[in-house]
Amino acid sequence: MKEFIEFIEYIISSYKLIINLLADHLRLTAMSVGLALLIGIPLGILISYVKRLKKPVLGVTNVIQAIPSMALLGFAIPFLGIGTVPAVTIVVLYSLLPIVKNTVTGITNINAETLESAKGIGLTRFQVLTKVQIPLALPVIMAGVRIAAVTSVGLMTIAAYIGADGLGYLVFSGIRTLNNNQILAGAIPACLLALFVDFIGNTAEKLVTPISLQTNSKQDKKQIENKRRNSLILLGISVIFIIAIFVLSAFL
Amino acid sequence: MLEFRNIVKKFKETLVINDISFSVKKGELVVLIGESGCGKTTTLKMINRLIDPTSGTILINGEDIAKKDVISLRRNMGYVIQQTGLFPHMSVKENIEIIPKVSKINAKKIKDKTLELMEMIGMNPDEFLERYPIELSGGQQQRIGVARAFAMDPEIILMDEPFSALDPITRASLQEELINIQTHMKKTIIFVTHDMSEAIKIADRICIMNNGKILQYDTPENIMKNPINDFVSRFVGKNRIWSSPELIKVKDIMIESPITIQPKASLFQCMEKMREHKIDSLMVVELHTNKLLGIIKAKHIQPYKNRNIEVEKIMKKDFSHALPEESIVEVLKLINDTQESTLPIVNEKGCLVGLITKSSLVTTLSQPFVEQKEVI
Ligand SMILES: Nc1ncnc2c1ncn2[C@@H]1O[C@H](COP(=O)(O)OP(=O)(O)O)[C@@H](O)[C@H]1O
Ligand SMILES: [Mg+2]
Repeated sequence: MKEFIEFIEYIISSYKLIINLLADHLRLTAMSVGLALLIGIPLGILISYVKRLKKPVLGVTNVIQAIPSMALLGFAIPFLGIGTVPAVTIVVLYSLLPIVKNTVTGITNINAETLESAKGIGLTRFQVLTKVQIPLALPVIMAGVRIAAVTSVGLMTIAAYIGADGLGYLVFSGIRTLNNNQILAGAIPACLLALFVDFIGNTAEKLVTPISLQTNSKQDKKQIENKRRNSLILLGISVIFIIAIFVLSAFL
Repeated sequence: MLEFRNIVKKFKETLVINDISFSVKKGELVVLIGESGCGKTTTLKMINRLIDPTSGTILINGEDIAKKDVISLRRNMGYVIQQTGLFPHMSVKENIEIIPKVSKINAKKIKDKTLELMEMIGMNPDEFLERYPIELSGGQQQRIGVARAFAMDPEIILMDEPFSALDPITRASLQEELINIQTHMKKTIIFVTHDMSEAIKIADRICIMNNGKILQYDTPENIMKNPINDFVSRFVGKNRIWSSPELIKVKDIMIESPITIQPKASLFQCMEKMREHKIDSLMVVELHTNKLLGIIKAKHIQPYKNRNIEVEKIMKKDFSHALPEESIVEVLKLINDTQESTLPIVNEKGCLVGLITKSSLVTTLSQPFVEQKEVI
């Protein structure tokens, strides 16, 4: 009980720092995932067209994932120095694999006859991609993005080790100074953030799944539409929450 | 309208289409049929250039399709495949309107066309337009597939086993509808199937393929009657004709040289001739021209004691008759209505060309059953 009260006292005394670090953490994670999306999705689309690229690209991303994150962070220092840039770079590299992999899977797993018919009725290659392949692959791609986002939150915590801002700072400095309250003040928000990001990902995944592909469970279309509206509202609340954190951190 | 000239297709080294040439007339429904793997789909896909021939030319209205813009070629050609052809993430409306939309046709026109197409396939727009393919039965999905193929008012429509996955009853009703639509719209349709009864039901002409070659290309009737070789007759099925009796014509089963007598002959001569041939009626025909004047039956002669009367005096002149091109279904009706046991067959000039009797009909119609018995 005493520990708990001490912990609360620590939180109250350093809430400004915690909120600032949380905002940094969010910002860096969002930046990394955003970059990973910008690189990963086009790369995934490209290699699902150019079969020869598939093996090498997926191979390289697999290797990156296999290297322990600590080691990769270590490698980054001699080349990129310490701070935000190397941290974001490493997190982007790590996030690429699930995004690329799921994009390729999503796009190549579409029924061949559906594609043939899209081509056969006179859609151009680009229209086949934008009107058929991407909409049908979107749920799978989104699942990859969700995995990438959740991993990024965790990795960003570790990246504090090489000087990136974020909740990891509290964890590492807590370890150095043997301050359990500080460690927890970093670890608990980091965990909550990961769960929160997972929740957003999950909601977004459902939203991008075409209604027609959700009806298999014989649910009423109305019911699904209601659910979608609820999901949309939840997503809106989440966004407002994130903005609130940023605004708050700007004033503190 | 559509012409294949010496088309050859090889996949790597395997010859799949071995130099085929054929042509399809405007407004014709041609069925490509053959065993699985014989090259039907390949042939069809060369028409919308999903597959390019290794050599040879395909012409539409005299123009080489290889020289045309492939996208506009496809947009002006309907393409229907099995259920998977509809886009699962699009509603019925979006599925039907996708090509008109990307072709930038004006919205009002698209809307009217969609309603017209829904009417054509007999589906209520208010009920179905907003549904997704998964919310439709297999038959309804295929109807939408057909509607989509008509969306751009194409001249040519390609169909690759569109009804194969449906249950027999749904399939039959879709076939009926296709025939209906075809009689109204007069499109040129190339239809692939492996089901001979489907082909016979819907085709104007059937193109039988085997091992990448065309074995026979003719009307259903001619293919059934004169299969070009053993493969075709096996494929068509020997007794196939009996499942579509309306295709059997009078001339196919009539007795070709009925026993006749000239009008000036005496009743005595008539009786002699009947006895000789063991029959009970004779056709009275004009000498030389073979024009049918009447019919004389043994029972008509019986009351006359004077057997020197000329037959033309007592012969029955108001006889029913049939033309050689009529189907036996008509003849069966006629025989049923008139209760006549013999029916003379005359050509347009009124000349006797044959005869159908109740017993010859029975013999013909029982043939498949008797044959089957022998097989067992
Ligand atoms: N893309 C392809 N590559 C290699 N072989 C193919 C290809 N497409 C079809 N074939 C072969 O060509 C033959 C004819 O195929 P297809 O036209 O689909 O037959 P059908 O539609 O009559 O069943 C088959 O033996 C098939 O294996
Ligand atoms: Mg086929």
